[in-house]
Amino acid sequence: MSTAVVQEYLIAGALLLVAASATAAALARDPVRQAVLLAVLGLCLTVLFTFLQAPDVALSQLAVGTAVTPLLILLTVRKVRRSTASRHDGDERGQEGGDES
Amino acid sequence: MSRSARIRLFWATAVVFAAVYTLACTGLPHFGTAVHPYGTRAVATSLRQRTANVVSSVNFDQRALDTLGEESILFASVLGTLVLLRRARDERVGPPQAGRVLPSTRLLGLVMVPITLLTGVYIVAHGQLSPGGGFQGGVILATGLHMAYVAADYRVLKRIRPLAVLDLADALGAGAFVALGFAGLIAGGAYLQNVLPLGTFGQLSSGGLVPLLNAAVGVEVGSGIIVLLASFLDQAVEVRPARNSGSGGGT
Amino acid sequence: MTMLPFLAAGWIFLAGVYGMVTSRDIIHAVGCLAVTQSSTYVLLLTVGYRRGGIAPYFTDTPLRTRTVDPVVQALALTDVVVGATVTALLLALAIQIRKRHGTVDPDALTGLKG
Repeated sequence: MSTAVVQEYLIAGALLLVAASATAAALARDPVRQAVLLAVLGLCLTVLFTFLQAPDVALSQLAVGTAVTPLLILLTVRKVRRSTASRHDGDERGQEGGDES
Repeated sequence: MSRSARIRLFWATAVVFAAVYTLACTGLPHFGTAVHPYGTRAVATSLRQRTANVVSSVNFDQRALDTLGEESILFASVLGTLVLLRRARDERVGPPQAGRVLPSTRLLGLVMVPITLLTGVYIVAHGQLSPGGGFQGGVILATGLHMAYVAADYRVLKRIRPLAVLDLADALGAGAFVALGFAGLIAGGAYLQNVLPLGTFGQLSSGGLVPLLNAAVGVEVGSGIIVLLASFLDQAVEVRPARNSGSGGGT
Repeated sequence: MTMLPFLAAGWIFLAGVYGMVTSRDIIHAVGCLAVTQSSTYVLLLTVGYRRGGIAPYFTDTPLRTRTVDPVVQALALTDVVVGATVTALLLALAIQIRKRHGTVDPDALTGLKG
């Protein structure tokens, strides 16, 4: 019985972490910062799903939420910023393609 | 709609939603309730079908048709992304720059790539016994391959990634799921009915159709996500807009 | 504790929608959509939790053990992976919008063009 109570406290703690990181990810204005916060959210969700006895979902959330989705967002940001940089800075910079991002 | 009007509308809707949602939550069974009629029936059915992983049994046996739908969404969105990100006529391709990597990172990557790929295959193959299956294992296979990008650079990744084969594998995985469903019809049952020999409970070959569907989904998800990431990497690293590209142009 | 998990799911949903409504960048809006989506996983899995239940695998546990609800787990599991590919589709649309219209600010996209 006591293990079930401990389990529920763990779930409540993980839930608060998830809610906090989700709020932070939604409020972050810069997509790069948001991608990092989404990875944190993915990690918190993984912990929550493990406590909720759902290792299957935790496994896919770990791979998708912490790696694939943030990576896709970062690549999109890089693509969008690079074409902005080459458009504004003229041709000679465009050749190299803004490699600062 | 203007920006401020949109935000005001959001707050009005959010207040109503919060009130109604909270009211609805009071009517739900309590968190951690002992009564789960569907869950109990799913567990009983899964044990009858000799599948130790009940989640896999629900996904690939009891609700296999729903998974076929999910898998079609996956296939369609991979296809749509490839079409959207194909190289346009007014874009040039520049050679990617070689990255510099610490020797220790390179060594770690060299060790980790085969281990991660092996873990992915293990998770796909044991989907009917332990946590895992085609969806999770496929993603692990895809991300494991990209460790080569972290450890070495883009050119190494391109060399170990046969995109034409993976495009085909993605379609074959999706097709295999559909084709395996016909086994039920041939045996005189329903579409996607689990008619194969069920095997011994707890063995790798148990569950009938479940491991085969898992393998099909694993191939599809793995190759699909590699192809997706490849087209995004291609856009971000290689493709540049042409010098005199349409709107705006240089200053 | 009887309602807290469901309310947390509602909070995550509203936070994600707020982010989308106030967004000035389509890529940012797609990220917020991912947050909104995660609220459904939280709701599904907390509805399926059973006090004292173990994960629904019978590899080395007695067949009479009490488990949590596997049906909602199966629902969430496929959606996590499928959701990632749909996110990729939306991001590909964002790249196309940037190429054709030269902006990723949804407010600057007035009317159809081309």
